Amino acid sequence: MSNRAVALGAAHKPGKAAIAGLGLLLPGSVLILWQLLGHYGILSEMLFPTPYTIAQSFVTLARAGDLWSNFRVSAVRALSGFLLGGGLGLLLGILVGLFRRSERLLDPSLQMIRMIPSLAVVPLFILWFGIGEESKVLLIAKGAFFPVYINTFMGIRGTDNKLFEVSSVLGFSRMQQILRLVLPAAVPNIMLGLRLSLGLSWLGLVVAELIASTSGIGYMMSDARQFADTPVVFVGIIVFAAAGLLSDTVVRLIEQRLLRWQDSYQG
Amino acid sequence: MGEVMLSITQLNKSFDTAGGQVKALHEVDLEVQEGEFITVIGPSGCGKSTLLRIVAGLDTGYSGSVTLEGANIAGPGIDKGFIFQEHRLFPWLTVEKNIASDLPLNRPDIRQKVDELIELVKLNGFEKSYPRELSGGMAQRVAIARALLRNPKILLLDEPFGALDAFTRAHMQTVLLDIWRRNKTTMIFVTHDIDEAVFLGNRVVILEPRPGKIRKIVPVDLPYPRKKTTNSFQEMRLRVLNYFEKVDELELTDGAGI
Repeated sequence: MSNRAVALGAAHKPGKAAIAGLGLLLPGSVLILWQLLGHYGILSEMLFPTPYTIAQSFVTLARAGDLWSNFRVSAVRALSGFLLGGGLGLLLGILVGLFRRSERLLDPSLQMIRMIPSLAVVPLFILWFGIGEESKVLLIAKGAFFPVYINTFMGIRGTDNKLFEVSSVLGFSRMQQILRLVLPAAVPNIMLGLRLSLGLSWLGLVVAELIASTSGIGYMMSDARQFADTPVVFVGIIVFAAAGLLSDTVVRLIEQRLLRWQDSYQG
Repeated sequence: MGEVMLSITQLNKSFDTAGGQVKALHEVDLEVQEGEFITVIGPSGCGKSTLLRIVAGLDTGYSGSVTLEGANIAGPGIDKGFIFQEHRLFPWLTVEKNIASDLPLNRPDIRQKVDELIELVKLNGFEKSYPRELSGGMAQRVAIARALLRNPKILLLDEPFGALDAFTRAHMQTVLLDIWRRNKTTMIFVTHDIDEAVFLGNRVVILEPRPGKIRKIVPVDLPYPRKKTTNSFQEMRLRVLNYFEKVDELELTDGAGI
């Protein structure tokens, strides 16, 4: 970012607070309308509890400690699935990206596995691993693996050939070419893959917890559904949304920091 | 000067294309003395870039012999610095890290040499800038510093200022001559700009196209620093120009400035 962009912007661009306010405008109005409609009995309290009721339910759950303990279980599952799947995706993506031989060996099989819908392997995972943690973490890992794998592969193969020439003129060894050229060049793609994987990890978590579970936010929600405790279902949805947003923000901040050098359209 | 730095004898090079074999270089003989500044000029397709890439070790599969200080060219390496037409800096590294590249910048001797080179190419204050923040001329100066850090025996420049505007180009020519006077690095500079060739070189090698071969080697015995407006410079320029059978050969094929 240059000074001239700042100077240009200062003249006629709205401040940070105003931009944040713009983002809150839509959800804020929806919340107020929702509360009003619920308050005057136009919306069914059973299906659409008012935001106030949901907030009360949130506070109750938080006070009792259920929310926190369930959230912790869910977060650990999502994170371990993400780390396992994403880590393997990164590793195999690098291997397959760097060496044509490993591409021939691994890529066809991996693409085949990719085409199997995650939900289709759930019964098998439950048969093999029971409804314990393993089946859930593996389900999440399967989802998290592919975006990182494919994007790492693409990033490596997208390395500018002209820079390869530079690296040979500069006398880089094969190892230096990998560490100082190929991997840095692939970082934008790797980060994109990680963000997509993180999103899929939360998705996989919900699927796993709704299907068969005895703890976690997903379990809390399906349990509440059986007792028609709609506010708790909403609390679960909100917790998932917040956790997803928060984790994505963390990865985006890391991405921004790593990709400071990029010269791209800032909007 | 005096020692032979680079010796090219009976160099032939062909490329296989869809339309059959294309002869890029035909029986090229050239001897370059240590510390000499050679400029190579010719229209598009005369093989001037190919010649440079063979010396750099980037292109292989030729016949004839190319030796640097008596030894065959085994492949690309740091003894043969190469400046491409585009700067080709690593976009994720700052100026100083680009210059150091694979060498550790925290080693005192490297740090000192990098600082000296930044001084030499006049980039003080831009050490921590990324390539996207630099102008074309500045980025090309970083590329030159990156090559010089490795103390190359010979510096090969492939139309390095071709993409720059006229003012920046004139400035870069002066900077390069300045570097050459201080470091006495042997230079081979490919261009399609006659002014540039005469302004920079001890000798101007004129290539002709299809197949690429040397038409004439013109020694330029004007003292440095040269001034493009003097009569002697203009005479020399005309002498070089006269070696192109059709004067417009250069202008039409390359749009090079006359």
